[in-house]
Amino acid sequence: MMETIRSLGIWGLNTFERLGRGHLFLLHLLTGIPALFFRFSLVIQQLYSVGVLSVFLILISGLFVGMVLGLQGYNTLVDFGAEESLGVLVALSLVRELGPVVSALLFAGRAGSALTAEIGLMKSTEQLSGMEMMAIDPIRRVIAPRFLAGLISMPLLAAIFSAVGVFGGFLVGHGLLGVDDGAFWSQMQVKTDWFDDVFNGVIKSMVFGFVVTWIALFEGYDAIPTSEGVGRATTRTVVHSAFAILGLDFVLTALMFGDE
Amino acid sequence: MMQDKNTEITVGMFVAAGIAALFVLAMKVSNLTEFTDEKGYQVIAEFENIGGLKVRSPVTMAGVRVGRVADISLDPDSYNAKVTLNLYSKVDNIPTDTSASILTAGLLGEQYIGLEAGAEEEFLQDGGVIDLTQPALVLEQVIGQFLFSKAEGEDK
Amino acid sequence: MPLVKIRDLHFYRGDRAIFDGVNIDIHQGKITAIMGPSGTGKTTLLRLIGGQLRPHRGTIEVDGQNVHKLSHTELYELRKRMGMLFQSGALLTDLTVFDNVAFPLREHTDLPESMIRDLVLIKLQTVGLRCARDLMPSELSGGMARRVALARAVTLDPMMIMYDEPFTGQDPISMGTLVNLIHRMNEAMELTSIVVSHDVAETAEIADYIYLLSEGKVIEEGSPVKLKRSSSQWVQQFMQGLPDGPVPFHYPGTGFSDDLLSPEVSA
Repeated sequence: MMETIRSLGIWGLNTFERLGRGHLFLLHLLTGIPALFFRFSLVIQQLYSVGVLSVFLILISGLFVGMVLGLQGYNTLVDFGAEESLGVLVALSLVRELGPVVSALLFAGRAGSALTAEIGLMKSTEQLSGMEMMAIDPIRRVIAPRFLAGLISMPLLAAIFSAVGVFGGFLVGHGLLGVDDGAFWSQMQVKTDWFDDVFNGVIKSMVFGFVVTWIALFEGYDAIPTSEGVGRATTRTVVHSAFAILGLDFVLTALMFGDE
Repeated sequence: MMQDKNTEITVGMFVAAGIAALFVLAMKVSNLTEFTDEKGYQVIAEFENIGGLKVRSPVTMAGVRVGRVADISLDPDSYNAKVTLNLYSKVDNIPTDTSASILTAGLLGEQYIGLEAGAEEEFLQDGGVIDLTQPALVLEQVIGQFLFSKAEGEDK
Repeated sequence: MPLVKIRDLHFYRGDRAIFDGVNIDIHQGKITAIMGPSGTGKTTLLRLIGGQLRPHRGTIEVDGQNVHKLSHTELYELRKRMGMLFQSGALLTDLTVFDNVAFPLREHTDLPESMIRDLVLIKLQTVGLRCARDLMPSELSGGMARRVALARAVTLDPMMIMYDEPFTGQDPISMGTLVNLIHRMNEAMELTSIVVSHDVAETAEIADYIYLLSEGKVIEEGSPVKLKRSSSQWVQQFMQGLPDGPVPFHYPGTGFSDDLLSPEVSA
């Protein structure tokens, strides 16, 4: 019995210690951000590996999610004779929820895990340590550019996801199911608000980008420097990111759309 | 060096695509375009019951959008709903005896305000009041009345 | 006045004492070797000197400055004057050999690219890898990677250089090359070297002074000649690589015959 309580205590202490280290890590890397504006080429390289390499996945997923929304939405709406509202349904679901959330989940799987693996590997091959001994702060030189790249990429990817998704919904709704295209677009425009819907969606994706990149980089930096440790850290990145995204999504949704 | 250049170009394309997507969402999907002419003038209308009318609900005339609901509050004296309408400045020739009614788009659709032009020579100004109003049709009340009259009919 | 002065150093990992009151002096211009069996914290010592780890008690002074009392900026300034050669080389895997060696210059100086090129080529020439400059680290053998790392460690012309197990896992030829390089570098560039190793023969060949560490303490110190003549059995066992002696061959425990006769059967 005492042993169980003790192990619970150890677990709690470890968790808090890790949380503390994570926040110190974040503070440290934020101090490296201003210098990056004078060496933006470092960020561009990372924008390529974090952002550009995720575009294809986002495009395909966005298109299919939009198409499925079109099909499912039509089948439900047609019962109420409201199939003209298909555009609203597709657009609002994508812009408010699915765009930011699904693209953040995909981003965590594609770019987040890659970041963790990369940083973890650099740690286990003593590259980070080596930089420190060359008087180069690895958190500022290696981690900060990746963080900024994640922060910039995420809203862009989410926007691409939503835009392609709306197009996918239109393809199915108009092309396959014959919903009037005028009604599709005009209803969508009437009911979708630039600030309440689109802009709040963008804010969501920025928050997700921040958190996912932070988790991914910290897991890599804090990984046990063995191949097994890096592997576990990569898994943790995906799992923790998913929890963080879905949990934060609820909080943000409640804050943004709760009082309607 | 060649690799660097390609990286920069693809990153540039990525950022451009992202911004373009945001632009599409703003212009094509949402109603950002309306923001420009939202600066109009305001008139007030009092309703007995507004049903499910909300702030930002559309205001139409002959089916054409001429403004939006800007504010809804309760009048402390008459216990009526005081609705402030924001009308587009280009629609500046609405007669003072115009009537406003709360209508429903379709059976289950959202509620909006429909204006019906009167015959006066004078037009509504900023801060003007629409006197002729018709409250929202509340479905429960309609059904209630219907059942009530039906029951009365059976008694006879 | 020694360049590195370690006094009363205590360092623990969990409950285990890695260093338990260690005093070491490293003199300018000399090659000092720190030797001892695996797991005595030789690498930890280098990290303590470099300020990557903090001692639990005691002080480490490098060039008159207490390493663990410096601010972040001051520590980084000091590190620019210390080179370190990691066991794996710690080359940046996404950069070529040339860019790896140029890395500290590009990060710390505003030198024009043409001058960086000259400097890098000089350093690569010293380690004999000038013509391998376009290779990626994954294309190098272990010995070559260490030579590139050595070239990189001296690009900023440091006052001292720390070698972490430079001979481990090398074939005789690259071992010989590295021994020779460390020796030559130290003379030509007036460096101070700290070599952490357990390769007795190679280290004894180039070291001016040797510290033998075991179980958190300095067991013996002196010139290689003095250590070879030491009367301590432990030193003799280590220096000659004898399989049995004060460090027993068998893991400590019950006697063999007792174990055989014991009725306990593990299921």
